[in-house]
Amino acid sequence: MSLERCLSFSRATLRSVCFTKQHLQRCVHICVRRSSTMSQAALPILSVFPSRALVDEKFKVLVENLPPGCPVTIHSLHHSEDQDYWEAYGHYISDDRGKVSVSDDLSFGGTYTGKEPMGLLWSMRPVLGSRKGLRLRKMNVCTPMLMDISVYSRHDGFRDQAPLASVLIERWYMAPGVRRIDIRERGVRGTLFIPPGPGPFPGLLDMWGGGGGLLEYRSALLASHGYVSLALEYFSPGQLQTADLEFNYFETAFNIVKDHPQVMPHRVGIFGLSLGSIVTMALAVESRIVRPRCCVCISGNHCFPPGRTLAGITGEVDMNYDKVRVDENNYHIWRDVGLAIMKEPSSKLDMGKINCPILLVNGHDDQNWPTVESAEDIAEMMRAAGKEHLLTRLEYPDTGHLIEPPFSPHFRATNFIVNLTKEKVIMLWGGQTKPHSDAQEDSWRRILTFLQQHLYCSPSPKARL
Amino acid sequence: MDRKQCCVKLSVQPSRGLMDEKFIVLVQNVWPGFQLTVHALHQCEDGHSWEAFGHYAADATGTVNVSEDPSLGGTYSGVEPMGLLWSLRPVPGSKPGLRMRKMNVQTPMEVTISVYQGHQTEGFVDQVPLAGVLVERWYMAPGVRRIPITEGGLTATLFLPPGPGPFPGLLDLWGGGGKLVEYRASLLASHGIASLALDYLTPKITIETRKMVGIEYFETAYRVLQQHPQVFSSRIAMLGLSFGTSITLKMAAYSEVVKLRCAVCVSGSHVQPVDGSVEQILGYFHKNGGKTRFSEENEAIWRDLLLPIPTDSSLKVDVGRLQCPLLLVVGEDDQNWPAYESAMDMKEMMERAGNSHLLTILSYPNAGHLIEPPYTPHARSSFFRTVNTREKMMALWGGETVAHSRAQEDAWRKTLVFLRENLF
Repeated sequence: MSLERCLSFSRATLRSVCFTKQHLQRCVHICVRRSSTMSQAALPILSVFPSRALVDEKFKVLVENLPPGCPVTIHSLHHSEDQDYWEAYGHYISDDRGKVSVSDDLSFGGTYTGKEPMGLLWSMRPVLGSRKGLRLRKMNVCTPMLMDISVYSRHDGFRDQAPLASVLIERWYMAPGVRRIDIRERGVRGTLFIPPGPGPFPGLLDMWGGGGGLLEYRSALLASHGYVSLALEYFSPGQLQTADLEFNYFETAFNIVKDHPQVMPHRVGIFGLSLGSIVTMALAVESRIVRPRCCVCISGNHCFPPGRTLAGITGEVDMNYDKVRVDENNYHIWRDVGLAIMKEPSSKLDMGKINCPILLVNGHDDQNWPTVESAEDIAEMMRAAGKEHLLTRLEYPDTGHLIEPPFSPHFRATNFIVNLTKEKVIMLWGGQTKPHSDAQEDSWRRILTFLQQHLYCSPSPKARL
Repeated sequence: MDRKQCCVKLSVQPSRGLMDEKFIVLVQNVWPGFQLTVHALHQCEDGHSWEAFGHYAADATGTVNVSEDPSLGGTYSGVEPMGLLWSLRPVPGSKPGLRMRKMNVQTPMEVTISVYQGHQTEGFVDQVPLAGVLVERWYMAPGVRRIPITEGGLTATLFLPPGPGPFPGLLDLWGGGGKLVEYRASLLASHGIASLALDYLTPKITIETRKMVGIEYFETAYRVLQQHPQVFSSRIAMLGLSFGTSITLKMAAYSEVVKLRCAVCVSGSHVQPVDGSVEQILGYFHKNGGKTRFSEENEAIWRDLLLPIPTDSSLKVDVGRLQCPLLLVVGEDDQNWPAYESAMDMKEMMERAGNSHLLTILSYPNAGHLIEPPYTPHARSSFFRTVNTREKMMALWGGETVAHSRAQEDAWRKTLVFLRENLF
């Protein structure tokens, strides 16, 4: 008698007499031990390689020793720092050798379908009954994200039984040897990540968007790829109006990276997302103090009134706040605010003045800002100024605003504090999970190639001339 | 353009791996044909430094891939993906007779992998490398639980795999050096087997009473495993190395209590007084101490103590009685035990008894006595303190490094397959 059938037999017969969970568990336990002395059933073997990896590395999930043609569900579970539970799962059928390989086989249903080696990560979503509008972001990058990967019998109702096997995996933002240093100098607040090794290394100034606070995870990951990276805090959540945001703050932050003894001063780039992208472009175009070697702008735009301080940037948004729409779920859609602002030429940076390579990464379904329209306009300006060769554009269908490192879950709409009104709303970022996740994976690879190309020298004979 | 401007990219994947997993070391962004040295440095728990290195020349794209490109010299040569680990040796100026063993399995082995310009053979510590990364090598997978066991007077550690279980179980025995050595059991638990590392020569009870343990000690250990709620009582194996083999064969053939699903015996022998206690078996070896030979370097060769293989059946475990599959792993250059000769004799005994279908022998030319998990640096000889005499001597284990390292890799893989076939 197979272990699984034995378990369901015991559950059915004992249900009438077992009133407490503990009693039921004990009955099942006795059944397991009895069956173990008579059963010759094969034990399923679950393995994930590698069991410890960086968050942007792929893994292979393998189940072996199953009966052939056996329906199973492979499930991932993560308990976040905020105490929420996130999960994903795929329904599989073992092959004639009793194997399931997530990298090679098709999922027939679940939170993802088809051949998806990393579906157990990017399709994760809060479990049923969770709070609304959640976003998964690792705040403590010195510890890994822990995930339980389990294999269950069956497709429908797979959760009714204990898993056949389960393993724990670690997903790290920091490679071994990366150093994390708190920065509180020259009035700048942030965290510096330094790769292992003697250096010197290229550097990056890394900025997130309008949510504020200090997010370290992308910088930690960039350092794991060989860049000294400064995650910059430039305002607290909800405090953009009152934040002391002189342009000079960002120039000083850039110089902190540039002046670091382990950084090559002429190889410092800037990396931004959303509001961080606006700052990035402003620094590249307007600053007389800093000269970035290259820029990466995710979900950004060029609406930054020249000559004005950053605190004034929200003034433009405030003036057009009436253009904010809500959808049928009452989620905030801000893209029309951006469209209105873009109509005003004086609200835009003159991107024709840029002198370094720039990579723009945007999603066509960005509901927060008209980033693709902005990229079009930027391309126009640069073309007119003969700078088109400096521009690379990546635009992804059905992809939203929050283009995160690969295999991060997709956040279509999440909680957000509006700086102007201090309201807690749910912001619609956009995107459909599968295409958005593909975009995250593809764009990250291209971003790393772009950074390598412009910040790590290539020792070809041409370079020597 | 000065050297500093040429930013070499070095990566090792995975940067955090299990001890028996392979990694890929990649050097990129150098000039085509550039000569470089890839170097590994490790400081072990005893504070000694170990190093390994290979000489390479970059290809036309300015890349060196250690898994695919040949090392032109160093501590290893040829295409050796893991040469940076298995060819680790104490740095020049170190004490002789060192052996690398991780005693704390809850932390990883940290190895610094660096790239140096040119083909270097020494003085690495005085130079600044072109690049360097840190690699972690773990004996414990995430989620493996480490549980010290003291019940029944045992000195042991249980390693439970992650997950609900129940799991097959395994009793893990090392050899005559004693101590509680955990790294193989933790690695086996990382492969889904609940493993109990047992100290049977220097356990607390022996330290306190000054008496060696009896057979009941092993039966108690077996029972602890068998009765554990997360262990499959009918799927328990035993693995022994060196003197651990003596115990394993004794239990497998004669114990009324210990019922093994299968057994693995590494670098050991069935030669022992059949009715002897642990103490008496050790005494039998000691009695033959006069047969000890010494190498030119004054290393003790103990393989002759049990030779010739006796014909007297009271001096050999009757392996014809075995009812479970047995895997024997032997190095043909074992200078410490006559493992190969013993394996041949066991084969003959089992053929005569009609149970040789249970026997598998893995015999490795030029491999020595210490057949450890893969990529463990080969120790051809090291200081050894025998448990009964408490003398510290240089013991010759044998083996030629390349062949021995290949044997470790092959034997481990086949041992895992054997355990999987019989336990899962």
